[in-house]
Amino acid sequence: MKEPKQLSVSAIQNGTVIDHIPAKNLFKVIHILGLDKFDHQITFGTNLESKKLGKKAIIKIADKYFENADINRIALVAPDAKLNIINDYEVVEKKVVEVPDYITGIAKCMNPKCITNFEQVKTRFRVVSKKNVTLKCLYCEKITDQENMFII
Amino acid sequence: MNNRSLVSIDDFSTEEIISTLDLAEQFEKEPVQKLLEGKVIATLFFEPSTRTRLSFESAINKLGGKIVGFTDASSSSVTKGESLHDTIRMVSSYSDLIVMRHPIEGSARYASEVASVPVINAGDGANQHPTQTMLDLYSIRKTQGTLDNLNIFMVGDLKYGRTVHSLMMAMSRWNTVFNFIAPEELKMPDEFKLYLDNLGLKYYEHSDFNDIISKADIIYMTRVQKERFSDPIDYEKVKNIYVLRNSMLENTKPTMRILHPLPRVNEISPDVDSNPKAYYFKQALNGVFTRQAIICKLLNIK
Repeated sequence: MKEPKQLSVSAIQNGTVIDHIPAKNLFKVIHILGLDKFDHQITFGTNLESKKLGKKAIIKIADKYFENADINRIALVAPDAKLNIINDYEVVEKKVVEVPDYITGIAKCMNPKCITNFEQVKTRFRVVSKKNVTLKCLYCEKITDQENMFII
Repeated sequence: MNNRSLVSIDDFSTEEIISTLDLAEQFEKEPVQKLLEGKVIATLFFEPSTRTRLSFESAINKLGGKIVGFTDASSSSVTKGESLHDTIRMVSSYSDLIVMRHPIEGSARYASEVASVPVINAGDGANQHPTQTMLDLYSIRKTQGTLDNLNIFMVGDLKYGRTVHSLMMAMSRWNTVFNFIAPEELKMPDEFKLYLDNLGLKYYEHSDFNDIISKADIIYMTRVQKERFSDPIDYEKVKNIYVLRNSMLENTKPTMRILHPLPRVNEISPDVDSNPKAYYFKQALNGVFTRQAIICKLLNIK
């Protein structure tokens, strides 16, 4: 039987496609980008097959283009994500996310004695390692590693 | 320095550290100078620390400043549930500078962001205590005449000891050789050794506390605390090994000096106290001069 050539998630005319999101982190990406509050047309696909990630997720957002600084915020949970900028059904630009030098908000400091876990202080970190993302809290100066990273 | 705070010793450049030490030297020569006339300094001690508080208050008094504040959280509005944010905002409007000690890590950095006046961190939990580091640097420079090319021995609890970590980081700005003497359970953490590796600075680790100290310019003693050991038997095994006794000092350099952040329990035998190499009580007095200097620097007075 011939396989039908078909997209798992329907194409968009204009907008942004975020691909190669680890499936388990799809909802974290949605949360970080605040997509739940968008009124653009958005389609999601998850648990799609991926050679690289095992199971991946994809997000297509119609008529929306992101600033680099905004999109880099998802690097903590989707470091391999790729962006396709779509114009009239054509990919006009490809982008990769980059782990920023500093992270504000998003992650929780893993030190239970840190002020950010006592008062309403927005967390701030310096990224000390970009490969296996490791954060140093700018308040208590303790390290939060990937394993213990909790997305707020 | 414009409305600068001192939260971590890293907040000061090497030049700023040196000029603060120079100013502290002036205060040692002439401790009473009415430079804070008309100024109000808030000392907010959310946890008691008599030694540090008295040192600060002595420094402020010698400069002619007035003090407002509290000595432990139970006598402040924290008991009513006020946030640190609100306390600092309120105190900022009553004072020209805030000295704060707080049990929560990172509280001092946060306070410095909220406050409209400079904040001096007098200890935030297990994190930083930069005025202690500054007085250690002052004591080292005063006794050795320099901060460069020294051999520093750190003894005792090198794993949890906040003061040794800060001092090590600060001394790594100069060409320093470090020797770490600690029981297996309390060794210097890898992250600090990695830091020295990256700077290309030499360090040696020992578990025996013996003749090796003959090479030392400074021996920095710390307390090995019982509560750090999960097995009390392990503590019993090491508690008497890391004790400095007068007889051990025979072959040490004549210029060598012994420092200790205090309070001491039994890690320095009382028979060391009368040895001219014992410097820890003088070190505590130096804390007043360095705190005078830090306050004046942050207020742009000198």
